[in-house]
Amino acid sequence: MALALGTGAILLVVLLWELVRPTFKGALTRVRLLWSLRRSASPRLGYDPGRERRAELRARALLRSCIDERDWAIYRDLGFLRVWGGHGDDRRTDRRSMGSPIVQRASYAYLIYPHKPLVAYVPQTGALLNEYCVAFPDLSRPYGSSRLPDSDDVLAKWMALTADEHRLIADANMHLPGRQVDPGRVRRDLLRLARWERERAARDPRAADRAGAGADPRGADLASTDPAGSNLPDASDRAAADRAYADVRGADADTLHA
Amino acid sequence: MKLLRMKPGHGEIVLAEGDVRVPEQERELIEAFRRELDAGMWAAVPTETPGSRREAELVKSFAEVPREAERVIFFPRAAGGAGR
Repeated sequence: MALALGTGAILLVVLLWELVRPTFKGALTRVRLLWSLRRSASPRLGYDPGRERRAELRARALLRSCIDERDWAIYRDLGFLRVWGGHGDDRRTDRRSMGSPIVQRASYAYLIYPHKPLVAYVPQTGALLNEYCVAFPDLSRPYGSSRLPDSDDVLAKWMALTADEHRLIADANMHLPGRQVDPGRVRRDLLRLARWERERAARDPRAADRAGAGADPRGADLASTDPAGSNLPDASDRAAADRAYADVRGADADTLHA
Repeated sequence: MKLLRMKPGHGEIVLAEGDVRVPEQERELIEAFRRELDAGMWAAVPTETPGSRREAELVKSFAEVPREAERVIFFPRAAGGAGR
């Protein structure tokens, strides 16, 4: 009797082992694989906040060395850049404006945020026009990510916009305002920008004069004419801006928002 | 002249540096320039207008780089970002 029970117990254990063995071997293989991956993974591929911080500091220094002092101050204080529309064309001067740069007549401008779409707006009224979604992914992913540091992303957009606005806008995906950037945030940023410019002009009027084409009283106009900060475009805003954009996009104004 | 490249997780790196008036150094600059363009990068030269306004100029060959330029900055080409 005891012999029969013992034999049965041994058979039961062997059968159970045969049932469990594939699952056990698979689990063991996975554990070994994970362990070897963890050991072989280069530490430089992981997210390193210190490295990213150093990269951002370097990027800020490069940005500062490339843009106007006034633009740098805007970015430092407010966290975004403003670029006038038609910037790439303003190397030409306009006879009607007696040789002053075309930027003086810019009817639209862009806000550049890090890793956000460009936001086009009408400086005189603050009406938002479009978002232009554009990215500069580094597909070599040197540290596992294709994202440039924030300030490098801003500088890349600034360089592309000031050098060849048409090309950049053609490469971008156009959306109506509010798709990725909160219109309320843009509205607040435009008011902050207007306030910033007023305060700077009050502190040092000569600095505003020295800024030349970069200085623009339209920011103050925006705040004074639109104290509620309403950026909802009216029909005339939209039509005027569309005409300006038709030139940039190489498309009819009627088709811009189709 | 310095050739700089924006790099994720690092900021800019110096790819090459030299004097364009020295033929050997110019050759090295041209080779580095071509390598980056072949890798699909855009090249921009920060410039300053006569009115002291700063802007940039995109260049497609080393011949387009102004001789007096101090820096050429390479950055990944633009791609339409995806909607959310």
